[in-house]
Parts: sequence; structure tokens; C-alpha cells
Amino acid sequence: MRFVGWGRYPEVEGFELRSEDLPRISDGAVLTRGLGRSYGDSSLPPRGGHTVAASPLADRFLAFDTRSGVMRAEAGLCLRRLNDASLHRGWTVPVSPGTEQVTLGGMVAADVHGKNHHRDGTFGNHVRSLKLRVADGRILEVSDESERDLFRATLGGMGLTGHILEVEFALGRIPSPWILAQTKPLDGVESLLDALRSSASDWPYTVGWVDCLGSGRALLIRGRWSAKERAPNRAPRRKKERSWPAPPVLPAFLVRLYNSYYRSRRARSGECIVSPFEFFYPLDGIRRWNRFYGRRGFTQYQCVVPEASGALRLFRLLRERRARPYLCVVKDCGAESVGMLSFPHPGISLALDFPIRKETQALVDALNEAVIEGKGRVYLAKDAFTRAEHYRAMDPRVEAWLGVRRKWDPEIRLRSAQSVRLFGDPE
Amino acid sequence: MNAVILGATKGMGRALARRMAARGDTIFLLGRDSTELQKSAADLKVLGAAGDVGWAHCDLEEPAGFAGALDAAEQALGRIETVVVTAAIFATQEALEADAALRRRLLTVDFVNTVLFCEEARPRLLDAGGGTLCVFSSVAGDAARKKVLIYGSAKAALSHYLTGLDHKFRREGLKTVLVKPGFVRTGMTQGLEEPRFAGEPDDVARTVLEAIDSGRPVVYAPGIWRWIMFVIKRLPRVIMRKTEL
Repeated sequence: MRFVGWGRYPEVEGFELRSEDLPRISDGAVLTRGLGRSYGDSSLPPRGGHTVAASPLADRFLAFDTRSGVMRAEAGLCLRRLNDASLHRGWTVPVSPGTEQVTLGGMVAADVHGKNHHRDGTFGNHVRSLKLRVADGRILEVSDESERDLFRATLGGMGLTGHILEVEFALGRIPSPWILAQTKPLDGVESLLDALRSSASDWPYTVGWVDCLGSGRALLIRGRWSAKERAPNRAPRRKKERSWPAPPVLPAFLVRLYNSYYRSRRARSGECIVSPFEFFYPLDGIRRWNRFYGRRGFTQYQCVVPEASGALRLFRLLRERRARPYLCVVKDCGAESVGMLSFPHPGISLALDFPIRKETQALVDALNEAVIEGKGRVYLAKDAFTRAEHYRAMDPRVEAWLGVRRKWDPEIRLRSAQSVRLFGDPE
Repeated sequence: MNAVILGATKGMGRALARRMAARGDTIFLLGRDSTELQKSAADLKVLGAAGDVGWAHCDLEEPAGFAGALDAAEQALGRIETVVVTAAIFATQEALEADAALRRRLLTVDFVNTVLFCEEARPRLLDAGGGTLCVFSSVAGDAARKKVLIYGSAKAALSHYLTGLDHKFRREGLKTVLVKPGFVRTGMTQGLEEPRFAGEPDDVARTVLEAIDSGRPVVYAPGIWRWIMFVIKRLPRVIMRKTEL
């Protein structure tokens, strides 16, 4: 079959095994793949017709302690299912990425972060233990107490240190399953960065949105779980998923129009109680929105830089190159995770969507050079274009991580299209 | 609802059991692999199944164990209201033509032993004053197609039995729900060429649970397969011979 990530670029031919019995199908597979929501080539096998184990059918809950909130589940469990089982009982997943269509295994492999990174860190911070099939075929339970190096190399290790079979992690208590959200219109990136910083102590969830195509104006969106008294006395429900016909190309003026509509609509909403689905996963309401960027697909460039000045430099670079991301999301990042290759570090994270064009490689190269200069790094779960030398220059931790990986997988049996590109693995 | 499910660790059976658990039904699991049963029991418990989710060993290849397994279920549940059978074997026509042992195994499990299991469940449901017997057959049993000739024959015979069971015992309170899934994306169909109108296990589970609740005698899932089979059944012999349906 043909594998693609969420950005629909690149494509790789290979074989997929799909079964409830993940331990069986992962044996000998080059990689385990969840729901394929990483944007670039992280979930794709190397070229050459390799076999990938698909985890989504291995999706059972295995244990839940209603006192401590510690849960154990198979790695293919979809976050949507987890939310359905936990929100109405007063529990929430500690860290939520921007979509519910991800598996637990994928959340560990990418060590995902969310709007609360400045306070709660990455998902890996809340993982207690993992069941892992390592390259030689053994199945091990790894945690901070047992095989710590392997455990930490697996958090954010993009599934390259072993097939993740089961995940044990802690849920968080919530007063109600509704979110109190506040939206503030701002006039530009500078004021957005200030607002993100000043909101960090009072608001667990913050995110910024910038209209890079048009006005350059911004929105600050922040939220917290609503107190029981203020929340509606019913369970929140997802809006019906809508399906729009995708145009063959997406003209910029349409996006500009949509952006100004979105901004004015959001700006008017002020403070209100919203469902967590609307708050955390706004794009899940549109079926396969990734098709909207046209047949060639798109890439999301996400990087984190320690200083606001670094982020402003990236915006300047975009203006100079007349590169206009259709979507621009700004987040405030807190302390680094224990995951050896985990993406976030203290600073500002930018996520920029670009439809793929001839000049995309050159644009990513230029952005990467600016990120290296600003002492930042890129997010592997989004990446399809970064060059090996750039990646090594921006993330010195990779040597130590490669060392752990070599110890457990000296023949490099586990690999992906991305690891071939970035770490020079054999195809 | 109190339900016994044979084959709930995987595929459509898993999806159905989960929907029952989420609404607070009491569930007892039957299956071959005790580790798998244990994990599925834990899963259903987390999802909200009432009480403890019990389980017992039961293998469709060992008819001698059917009575004991249903006894265990009866003991745990008190009274059995619903019995669901989703377990079965699937193999492609090529594999079945090439392998005599597999052929015998599939025909025995999918028809003979499934009927034997139902016959073991029938008096228990009737003695308790009635209930529902929900069995997964297949659209493959609706028309004689080249692609699913042997598998379809076993399912045709099973559908025949279940249809008659409903005719005979509905008045006495035993409702038979005959489920005919079309192509559904499960581990069982992995690697097969996917036709249009392929279904998801959870959507099938929703349809089947509605049918169990309302006592509908025949249910196609996804529903479009009713019309697909309606047409195929009426195709003339010349077309069935010439095409690879």
C-alpha cells in the first residue's frame, strides 16, 4: 500500500499488517504506525517495500485506578476513545495535542505537547511505564526504574527504539468537562508574545494565532477547566463532523478571507464556556482538512526558539521571502521533558502551514538556518524537509540518543523514512 | 441487559461488547485465549460494564465444552438474556481450495459447531422465559459467488438455520437476530482487497445493538449491503459465470 503522513507528502510504498494482536504483527516489522497524523515522513517506512505494523486495532483499556487516575492501555488506543471514557467521570488526559485522531503510542513516540506545555510539560512527563518490543524481539517493561535510558529514549524517540505495545500514564482531575475560554484580539505578533508570557501563570491553556496572510493581526486564546457551578449540567458533545469538497488548489485570497472571518468571529466571542472538543481540537470538525492544500500536499514547519527576538526574526524572514503561511500558531513552551529527543524547550513555539511548492525546500532551509542561529530546534513529528546536517546542528542531544538506540538495535532494524533522511539509516 | 458474547476479544465482537459496556450492561465473555479474555474483560470494565466482567474458556472447535461454558455464564449472570456469537473462521477461496484441512475446519466451525452452540444456548434462553440469540453470519451466504464459494456455503447454511429458528421460536419468546455483515475493516479482512462500501466495526456494532434491542430478525451492516445483495441475488446465471463477483 501507499503510505502518506497528514501533510500528504512524501509518499512511500510498503506493506501494512493490521491486527488486534500488536505483539504478533510488530515482530519483524520495520516500524509501528498509529493513525498517521504526523505530518511528514515519521510514520512512513523507508523506501523499498518494507512491512509496517498498524496499531489502531490494538486499542483496549487494560486498567484504570479510579483513586490515583493511573491508566494502562494498549498503544493503538485512540485519544478520542480515551476522552469518551474519561471526561464525564472527571478525568482528563494530562496533555492533549491538536487532534483527537492520534494513538497513545503515537503520543509517546512524538512526546506530544499541548496548549498547557508551559505548565504541565509534554505527555511523556505523565507516562509511568511502557511495554516495548525491542529490535531483538524481546518484550520489556521499561520505566524510570527499569531500563531508564531506553525509557527516556523512547519518549519522543519517534518509534525508533522499539515497538510501543502498552502505555501506562496518569490522568488529571477536572472539576467539570467544560472549558472556560477567553479570546483576546491583539494587533500583532509582539503584543501576542507579551500576552502569552503574562498569561502563563494564571492560565493552564494558552495559544496564539496570527493571520500571516492578511493583516498580521493576532488572537490570544486561553482557557481553563470550568468550575462545576459555571459549567452546563450536561456532557459536552462533539459538533457533527463536516465534509467540504476540496478545491484542486487553495488560492491565498480565500484563506485570507477565511482568516479575517475567523478572527472577527473569535474576537467577538470574548469569555465563554465551550466544549473541550471545540477548544482543543477545532480542526477535527472538518473531515480530512489536509486535502485543502491541494494535490501536492503541505508541510507544517514547527520550531521552538528560546527568545522572543528569535521568533520575531523568523517572522521577519517570512516577510522578506514573501512566504506566507496559511496558518500560524504560536505557543509558549516550558521546561524540557525527560524524553531524550523530545521537541519542546523553554521559549516560543511557532507552527506554520505551507502548501508545498517548488521553493518549499529552500524556505525550510532558510528557516532552519535562522532557527540554528537562534538556538532552537524543529519538531520531528511535523518535519519532511529538514536536512541531516541542519538537524544535527540544532539538536546536539541526538548523539546520546543514537548511542542508546545503537545499544538496543545495533543492526538498525527499526527505522523510518525520516530516520533514513535524518540519521542516515540504510533504506 | 445481561449478555454472553462468544468472540468479543476481536473485531466486530469487540466493538459490540464495548458499546454494551459503555451503556452499563452486564457482560460475560467466552473465547479461546484466556490472556485475551482477561484483557478484554478489563477493557469493558473500564468502559463502564456493570459488576465484574466474567469470562470462561470456550472454543468453537471443541463442542464438548459448550455446555460447561454456558453453565459458567449462567452462574455468573444469574439469568442470561442475550447470547451473541461473533466468532468464526474466515479464509479466502484460494486458500480453501488449496488446503483440505482448512476447508474441513472452516466448514465445521462456521456451520456445524456454530449450530451446536446455538442449540446449547436455545433451551437455556427458552427456560428463562425468552431472550435474544444474535449470531453473525455473512452477506457471503446470500448469493453463490465465486470469490466466497466455500465460506459462503457455510454461512448460507447458518443463515438458513437462524432464519428457521426465528420462525419456530419467536412466539415462545426467543428472538433470533441474524447479522449479515458486508466487508468490514477488521483484523480478519486485513490484506484483502477492499471493496467500496467497506464498514467500520463500531458502526456495525451500533446497527447490531439497535437490532438486538428492537428484536429485528435480519440485519445487514453496513445497511447498503442489503441492496447490493438484493441486486446480486437477481443476476442471471450468465453474468455470475462471467464475472468475478
